[in-house]
Amino acid sequence: MHDKNEAHWVSLMASIAQNQDHKAFAEVFRHFAPRVKAFLMKSGADSSLAEECMQDVMATLWHKSHMYDPTRAAVSTWIFTIARNRKIDLLRRYARPEPETLPWGPEEAPDQADAIVLQQETDRLAEAIRTLPEKQRILIERAYYGDLTHSEIAAETGLPLGTIKSRIRLALDRLRHNMS
Amino acid sequence: MNTIRHSIPDDLLMGYAAGALPQAFDLVVATHVSLSDDARARLESFEAIGGTILENMDTAEIEQDSLEQTLARIGAMDPVEKPKRSGGIFPTPLQRIVGGDLDSVTWKGLGMGAKHCVLQSGTEGTVRLLLIPAGQAMPKHSHRGMEMTLVLQGAFRDEDGLYARGDIEVADEDVDHAPVAEAGEDCICLVATDAKLRFNGILPRIAQPFLGI
Repeated sequence: MHDKNEAHWVSLMASIAQNQDHKAFAEVFRHFAPRVKAFLMKSGADSSLAEECMQDVMATLWHKSHMYDPTRAAVSTWIFTIARNRKIDLLRRYARPEPETLPWGPEEAPDQADAIVLQQETDRLAEAIRTLPEKQRILIERAYYGDLTHSEIAAETGLPLGTIKSRIRLALDRLRHNMS
Repeated sequence: MNTIRHSIPDDLLMGYAAGALPQAFDLVVATHVSLSDDARARLESFEAIGGTILENMDTAEIEQDSLEQTLARIGAMDPVEKPKRSGGIFPTPLQRIVGGDLDSVTWKGLGMGAKHCVLQSGTEGTVRLLLIPAGQAMPKHSHRGMEMTLVLQGAFRDEDGLYARGDIEVADEDVDHAPVAEAGEDCICLVATDAKLRFNGILPRIAQPFLGI
């Protein structure tokens, strides 16, 4: 599935943030740009709008690379959030309120061990999603393309809670650790 | 960070992660997540599902000079500053809409010392701030659809227990409850409904900062 592992994407992100590394960016772009575009098209954008929006997402990735924290999110997750917000911007014409950022960030060097634990958890989550019954997996995908309302999400996807339980615990441990 | 007793249901968090909530709820969820570790941990996990879906997408064909065009875009874009946290009672997403903290709110009297301020009102619902004097019952109102109430200051109590700063109550239209503000401090809540409130005298006002983001 992954031809490159998560640690590789994380190191490319660090190269972009620290060295404005065009080669690293080109590699991230080759992998993620076609996926972001596909995601936007599944969400209802036509090909040219999706291309435009995708380029914007990837340019934002460059400019926000210093804000990426590998102990909090996989690279794919982080790119997903940028793409989702841009999609709301463009398709719903609305700058959505986002939660407050937390008081720590990459200026304290991210803890390698924490980043590795998150990478392993991300692989586990990906595997868990892949092995869901097909019908449920497709409904969950549709929810993320914006095909379902929140009440349909509750009624129809069977909320994949078991799948993310350990991910939630991990995130909570880390939040508590940082706030204390 | 305070202890949250009443956190947001998973369907709403997943809807927020997917970008599928009505606008009125987005502000309440963003504000709640700013105050609750539990909600943030669950939101980040629902977003991780989005990341997995993105990773597993069948790829779309991109334009041949897509990378070059993107690099040109990068050159034309302003650098992004790390957002700063704003101190005060209102978390940052709410301060952006209000245009400041509690002292920037233009209240309208509702009688009996209760006050409110409509922040957004439109086809995707209504969001407003509500102030109930300490020790008083909330004014009666009815709503169609769902109502979300997030406590920002003080506390209220109803048959489901005590709701303090950061706690959220989600009620559908069948819920007929009688919340009462706790003594000691005025209770200030952020309230959203996905249908228009049946309330008189509301002058809808869409906060300007909202458009300027």
